[in-house]
Amino acid sequence: MHKYEVMFIIRPDTPEEEVEKLVSLMEGFVTGAGGKMEKIEKLGRRRLAYRVERQREGFYVLFVFEGVHATVNELERRMRVTDAVIKFLTVRIDEEQKRAAKLAKARAEKQAKRPKASTQPPPDIAPIPAAPPDEPEATQA
Amino acid sequence: MPMMKRNNRTEGRPARPAGPPGAAGGPRRQFFRRRKVCKFCQEKIDVVDYKEARMLGQFISERGKILPRRLTGTCAPHQRLVAVAIKRARNIALLPFATQL
Repeated sequence: MHKYEVMFIIRPDTPEEEVEKLVSLMEGFVTGAGGKMEKIEKLGRRRLAYRVERQREGFYVLFVFEGVHATVNELERRMRVTDAVIKFLTVRIDEEQKRAAKLAKARAEKQAKRPKASTQPPPDIAPIPAAPPDEPEATQA
Repeated sequence: MPMMKRNNRTEGRPARPAGPPGAAGGPRRQFFRRRKVCKFCQEKIDVVDYKEARMLGQFISERGKILPRRLTGTCAPHQRLVAVAIKRARNIALLPFATQL
């Protein structure tokens, strides 16, 4: 099981209740194909950065779910055949989250170690708020 | 001893501003720009999210191109993440591929 994030855009001329129906329909495809929905977020109507199928606006929806590749395949296939969905993007996010968690953990450990030797040697994070002292240092180099 | 130290410091300072031009071949010119620091390292951001189009907008040019590191000051690991995020954002029409003039 991997975690995926799917963002898709619904045509702006779709009526409100149609949007609701479409979203729950898509949700059904995810759960129906072995997925476990984690989050559904309607990001609302936004201007598109470029025209897609002659539309300048779109209704953004974000799904976060756990599933297997078949889940994604099925959802993508359904979206491709649904005319109201004009664009979609699937991103696998579990690896990224793992990486971020690792970095955060490493940082926390570093922070825990630091207070003892916080005098001078590691100037990488602490002196940033005080920006000016940077400059004489630069001259030295 | 403390006096000595202070002396050393005062001697060292005036010498330095003249230093860089003297140290020929230094990468910096006579006047040096304020060193840019990586925005993401500073704010300790590990994940660059493609959904934050407003934030990513800082890293593209007026034409929609990804700005080089030398202009934004982003560090290499973060620049790679930014590049991927921008490409994803373009794909879902949050950012332009190109803007017409």
